Amino acid sequence: MITQEVVDLSRLQFAATAFYHFLFVPLTLGLSFLLAIMETVFVITGKEIYRDMTKFWGKLFGINFALGVTTGLTMEFQFGTNWAYYSHYVGDIFGAPLAIEGLMAFFLESTFIGLFFFGWDKLSKRRHLLITYLTAIGSNLSAVWILVANGWMQNPVGSHFSYVTMRMEMTSFWDVVFNPAAQAKFVHTVSAGYVTGSMFVLGISAWYMLKGRDMEFAKRSFRIAAAFGFASAMSVIVLGDESGYAVTEHQQTKLAALEGMWKTEPAPASFTLFAIPDDEKRENHAEIKIPYALGLIATRSANKEIPGIDQLEARAAERITSGIIAVKALEQLRAKTADDATKAAFEAHKDDLGFGLLLKKYTADVSLATPKMIAQAARDSIPKVAPMFWTFRVMVLLGFSFALLLAVSFWYSAKNTFHEKRWLLRWALWFIPLPWIASEMGWFVAEYGRQPWTIFGILPTHLSTSTLSVNNLYGSIAGFMFFYTGLLVVEMYLMFKYARLGPSSLGTGRYAGEAAPALKTAH
Amino acid sequence: MLDYETLKIIWWLLIGVLLLGFAVMDGHDMGVGTLLPFVGKNDVERRVVINTVGPHWDGNQVWFVTAGGAIFAAWPIVYAAAFSGFYWAMLVVLWALFFRPVGFDYRSKVSNPTWREIWDWGLFVGGTVPALIFGVAFGNLLLGVPFHFEDNMMPVYTGTFWGLLNPFALLAGVVSLSMLTFHGANYLMIRTEGDVYARARTASLIFGTLMLVAFAGAGVWVSSDMPGYIITSVVDPGALPNPLDKTVEIQAGAWMGNFARHPMLWAVPGAAFVGGLLALLFAWAKKPVLAFIASGVAEFGVIGTAGVAMFPFIMPSSSDPRSSLTVWDSVSSHLTLEVMFWAALIFTPIVITYTGWAYKMMAGKITNAYIESNDHSAY
Ligand code: HDD
Ligand code: HEM
Ligand code: HEM
Repeated sequence: MITQEVVDLSRLQFAATAFYHFLFVPLTLGLSFLLAIMETVFVITGKEIYRDMTKFWGKLFGINFALGVTTGLTMEFQFGTNWAYYSHYVGDIFGAPLAIEGLMAFFLESTFIGLFFFGWDKLSKRRHLLITYLTAIGSNLSAVWILVANGWMQNPVGSHFSYVTMRMEMTSFWDVVFNPAAQAKFVHTVSAGYVTGSMFVLGISAWYMLKGRDMEFAKRSFRIAAAFGFASAMSVIVLGDESGYAVTEHQQTKLAALEGMWKTEPAPASFTLFAIPDDEKRENHAEIKIPYALGLIATRSANKEIPGIDQLEARAAERITSGIIAVKALEQLRAKTADDATKAAFEAHKDDLGFGLLLKKYTADVSLATPKMIAQAARDSIPKVAPMFWTFRVMVLLGFSFALLLAVSFWYSAKNTFHEKRWLLRWALWFIPLPWIASEMGWFVAEYGRQPWTIFGILPTHLSTSTLSVNNLYGSIAGFMFFYTGLLVVEMYLMFKYARLGPSSLGTGRYAGEAAPALKTAH
Repeated sequence: MLDYETLKIIWWLLIGVLLLGFAVMDGHDMGVGTLLPFVGKNDVERRVVINTVGPHWDGNQVWFVTAGGAIFAAWPIVYAAAFSGFYWAMLVVLWALFFRPVGFDYRSKVSNPTWREIWDWGLFVGGTVPALIFGVAFGNLLLGVPFHFEDNMMPVYTGTFWGLLNPFALLAGVVSLSMLTFHGANYLMIRTEGDVYARARTASLIFGTLMLVAFAGAGVWVSSDMPGYIITSVVDPGALPNPLDKTVEIQAGAWMGNFARHPMLWAVPGAAFVGGLLALLFAWAKKPVLAFIASGVAEFGVIGTAGVAMFPFIMPSSSDPRSSLTVWDSVSSHLTLEVMFWAALIFTPIVITYTGWAYKMMAGKITNAYIESNDHSAY
C-alpha cells in the first residue's frame, strides 16, 4: 500500500543518494580535464614535472573516482527498485539516454581509466595522452546523456501519452536529445564541475606553498588551475543565466518560487535581492528589490510579463478541473467501456491528464473531488518558496565569489607573484569545500523546484514510487546510511593522507620529505 | 524501418548479448574476486591476483550497468517489476558491488595488513554475492514470480525475500557462481605463473566440474515435472504492448516445449556441456587461453538455455499468470526500440574493439617482481 510516508521516504532516499553521488561527480568532471591539460604540457615540453603532476593529481582523482562509480551504481538501480511506476510510465523515453550513456560514455571512461593508471610504461607518450583525453571525454559524455534524461524530466518534449500502453512514449528522439533545457543544464553542470576541479587543485597547491614545500610543483599546478578555473567560472555564470532563461521558458512555477513572486508584477518585473519569504502568509518580509532586473534577465525583453504565484495557481486550478475529465475518460478507455464521445473528451483534455492525477493524493476517485481538494492540489503545484529562494541565492553568491577568487589568482599568476600573496593562498585553501556546496544547492533548486512532479506537468511524484512497505524503506535507508557513512570516512581519510603526502607519494625521490620514514608506509 | 515484431525479437537477442557480455567480461573478474583469498596466500600474491584485473574491472563492470540500462530502455516494465519486486535481492547485490571499486582502488593505498585483509574479503564478497544472486534470480524467473499489475499497470510483488531462496533457485545460484568462478580461474591462469597459477588450475578443475554437475541437475529438475508457462490466447506479435491482454496457463514440463518444437535448440544446452568439458580439458592440459574461450562458450550455453526454454516469457507471474511479462508485451514503443537498436549496433562493436585493444596493451603475466617494482603504482 503506497502511503504518504512511503512517498516521503522514497524521496528522502533518492535525494540522499543523489546528493551523495554528486559529491564525487563534479571533481571527476573537472579533474579529468585538468589531468589532460597537464599531460599535454608534458608531452609538448617533455618536462618530467608535468608527468609527475599528472600522476599525483591522478592519484587523488582515482580516490574520488572509485566512489563516483560506487554511488553511480545505486543511481542506476534506484529507478527500478524505488520508482517502479515512474520507470514503467516514462521508461520508454527516460531509459534510452540512460542506456546510451552506458554504451557511449561509461564504457569509454571506464575502459581507459584503467590504462591511464596502469599504462604509463606500456604505452607511448602520445598514446597515453590520447587515453587521458578519452577518459575526460567519456566522463563529460556521461554528463551529456544523464542530463538529457534529467532535462526531459524538467521539460518533457518529443513524447506523448498512449492509453493502450498506459505510459508516455517517444515521438521524436532528436527533440529529446536537443531539448533546450538539457543543453542549458549540460553546459552549466559541466562548467560547475570544472570550477570544482580547479578550486581543488588551486587550494591544495596553495597549501603546499603556504608550507613552503614542493614549490615548483605547486606553482605550476596553481597556474594551470587558475587559468582553467577562471574560464570555467565565467562560463558557470553566463551559462547559469542560460539555465535561468530555460527555467523561465519551461517552468514558471519554479521561477516564481525561487524569486518569491507571490503576485504578478507589471513587466518588466523587479529582482528580489533579499527577502524573508513566508510560506504561511504568502508574502515576503524585509524585501530589497532591484527594479526591472528580473524581467530583463528572465525574459530578455522589457514587456513580457512573468506570472506570479497567484496567477500560476489559478491556471493550475483550471487545468486540474480539465484534468478530471481526462482521468475519468482514461479509466473508461482502460476498462474498454468508452464510447466515441469519451474518446473525444479524452483527446480534448489529455494535455491536462497530469493535473488531474495531482488529485489522486486526496481522492482515489477524482470525480468526487471537492473544490477544496482542487484548491489544495493547485496550491501543491507551486514548490515551497523559502527553501528555493535561499538555496538559489547561495549558489549565485558562491558563483560570483569563485569568479572573484579565480580572477585574482589568474591575475597574480600572470604577474607571477601569487606565491608571495599569503592572503590569496589562504583564501584559496579555505574555499576548497565551497564548490560542492554550490553544486548541491543547484541540484536542490532544480529538483525541489520541479515538485510536485517527477515529470514536469505529467507525472506527480506521489504516483511515481514502487509498492513497498514503510519497513522496506526504513531498512534500505539504514543500509545506505551505514555503507555511505563508512565509505565517506575511508575516502576522506585517503584523500587527506595523499594530499598531505603530496607528490612524494609517487616515490620518485624528487619531492619534499621523501627520505622520511613515514613514506615507507605509503603506496 | 524494421517492423515491430522483428525489433521485439532483436531486442530479446540483444539483451541476451549484453548478459553474455556481462558474464564473459565482468564474470571473470568477479570470479577472480571470489578466488582472491584462496589463491593468494600472502600480500604479494594477492596483489598479483588483483592486478590481473586491475586495469579492466571497471570497463567490465559497465557490461552490467549497460545491461541494466538496456533493460530499462527496451523492457521498461520488466525493469520496474523485477527491480522493485526483488527489492532486497537487488539491494544486497548493490551493496556487495560497493566493495569492488573501493576494494580495488583503496586496498593497496595503505600498508596495514588488517586494512588489506578487510578489503580482500570485501572483493570476495563483491565477486561472490552478486554471482550467486543472479543465478537465484534466474531460478526464480523459471519458477515464476508472485506479482501482478493493478489497473493502472502498477506492479505489485506479493512474495517475500525468503521465498526467493527456494531449493531450485539456490541450485541455479550454484550454477552461476561456479560458472563465473570457473571462468575467473581460467583467466587467472592466463595472467599468472608459479603457485598462483597452480592454485588457479585446481580451482578451475573443481568449479568447472561443479558447474557441469549443477547445470545437469537443474536440467533434470526442469525437464521432469517442473511447471512452466504457456500463452493460451492468440498472440499478435506486432501488437501494441499490453501484458494484461492475454491468457496464460501453468503446465508441468512446459519449459521443454520449445525444444520439442525446434530440436535444433538442443545445441544451446549442448554448448554448455561441450564448452564446459573442453574448458576443463584445456585447463587440465595447461592451455589457459583455450580454456577461457571454452568457458565463455559454456556461459553462452547456460544463459542461452534459460532464455530459449522460457521464450517468449521474460518474467512469468505465478500468482496471476496473465500478468506474465513476455517478449511481445513488455517492450518499449516501436520508435524507442528502433533508436536503441541503432545505438547498440553502432556502439557495441566500437566498445568491443577498444576493449580488445586495452587488453592487448596490458597483456602478459603479472609476476611477483612486477608488484615489487611497481609498489607505488600497482593496486
Ligand atoms: C553531471 C553529471 C552526472 C549526473 C547528474 C549523474 N552522473 Fe553518474 N556519473 C557521472 C556523471 C553524472 C560521472 C562523472 O561520469 C561519474 C562520476 C564518477 C565516475 O566514475 O563517473 C558517474 C558514475 C556513474 C556510474 C558508474 C559508472 C561506472 O561503472 O564507471 C553510474 C552507473 C552512474 N553514474 C549513473 C547515474 C545515474 C543513474 C544518475 C541519475 C540520477 C547519475 N549517474 C547522475
Ligand atoms: C546527481 C545530482 C542530483 C541531485 C543532487 C538530485 C537531487 C534530488 C533531490 C533533492 C530530489 C528530491 C526532491 C524532492 O523530493 O523534494 C530528487 C528527486 C528525484 N530526482 Fe534528482 N537529483 C540529481 C540528479 C538527478 C538526475 C540526473 C535525475 C534523472 C536522470 C534525477 C531524477 C530524480 C527523480 C526520479 C527523483 C524522485 C522523484 C522526486 O522526488 O522528484 N535526479 N533529486
Ligand atoms: C551566478 C551564478 C549562477 C547562476 C545564475 C546559476 C543558475 C542556475 C539555475 C537557474 C539553475 C536551475 C536550473 C534548473 O532548475 O533546471 C541552476 C542549477 C545548478 N547549478 Fe547553478 N547557477 C550559478 C552558479 C553555480 C555554481 C557556482 C555552481 C557550482 C559550482 C552551480 C551548480 C549548479 C548545478 C550542479 C545545478 C543543477 C543542474 C542544473 O539544473 O543545471 N551553479 N543554476
